[in-house]
Amino acid sequence: MARQVGEINASSQADIAFLLLIFFLVTTSMNVDQGLYRQLPPINNEENQKADKVNERNILIVLINKDNQLAVESELADINDLTETTIEFLTNPRNREDLAEKVKASVRLEEAIAKGNTEEAAALKKVVELCGDPEITKGIVSLQNDRGTNYETYIAVQNNIVQAYNIIRDKFSMENFGKVYDELSNDEQKLVRLVIPLNISEAEPRSVK
Amino acid sequence: MAKFRKNGKRSVAALSTASLPDIVFMLLFFFMSVTSMKETDYKVKIKLPAATEVKKLEKKSLVSYLYIGAPLSSFQAKYGTEPTLQLNDKISSIYDVAEYVDSERLKHDEAEVPLMTYSLKVDSDAKMGIVTDIKQELRKVQALKINYSTLKVERKGNN
Repeated sequence: MARQVGEINASSQADIAFLLLIFFLVTTSMNVDQGLYRQLPPINNEENQKADKVNERNILIVLINKDNQLAVESELADINDLTETTIEFLTNPRNREDLAEKVKASVRLEEAIAKGNTEEAAALKKVVELCGDPEITKGIVSLQNDRGTNYETYIAVQNNIVQAYNIIRDKFSMENFGKVYDELSNDEQKLVRLVIPLNISEAEPRSVK
Repeated sequence: MAKFRKNGKRSVAALSTASLPDIVFMLLFFFMSVTSMKETDYKVKIKLPAATEVKKLEKKSLVSYLYIGAPLSSFQAKYGTEPTLQLNDKISSIYDVAEYVDSERLKHDEAEVPLMTYSLKVDSDAKMGIVTDIKQELRKVQALKINYSTLKVERKGNN
């Protein structure tokens, strides 16, 4: 015989849920973590130093001294112009002698095949097919700072350089895929990254005058 | 005209609160999903710099944090006022970085170790000297994927 069970009083359930809610409100934080990603170079040994020999015109040297002054290619510069300077350096629209060299993707493809680097070759082949043989820049931005440089300035400079890369990537993506870089699929992003690689080198620590 | 007679007292049915728990639970789940646990209590003052080109940190479990900033006033008697490093809950020297990276790595599978990111939360008033030292320490232990934690602001102008 089934026994009648009295209904459980659920009025305290709300209190319990409120308690949990308040607990979570207190212990968690809303802000999402975000920032600038950077890959550090492996610690220097002789092999690396040999590989580091790059033609001088392909390096854009950005110095920040202890007074947070900026020098681009040993000339005093304003931080707000850095983005444009970097874009000019990387894209080198007038093929100037003193700015970064560019290589056709098809040339790179042949090099990759010659080296037996099949993965890179496959990706480059796709680039040539899809984007009509774009020019790949050899440019590297080298960022050097003093120990006394302010972190805020350093990040502002980093940010402006990354902004230059993002603008170039967005432009390239628009021309070839009709969308900005962030909206492309992973594979397409990979191709764009191959054509416009993010080459920022954070040099060994040293004092900057 | 009994039809229009007004009762002196009209009794209002008790408002049912049976759905209140459901509403609160909904709120609870909302907050649980959009927020994240605080990693640690800060012992150093950190005011992050702002940047426009930020990316979100993905895979929170693979992120380890290093905090750099001037100690809070209650710790200044012990640690001074110069920006220092905080690892986990305590203020440490830069020579503890290697140990910290090791202990973080032990928490993960070996396959995940190359994917681990080290997020540097640095106060905007700090000098690059200590940041550079810590970057060097990270390089020595092959912890190369780093993230400079920043706030997001919108780009100015139309570029």
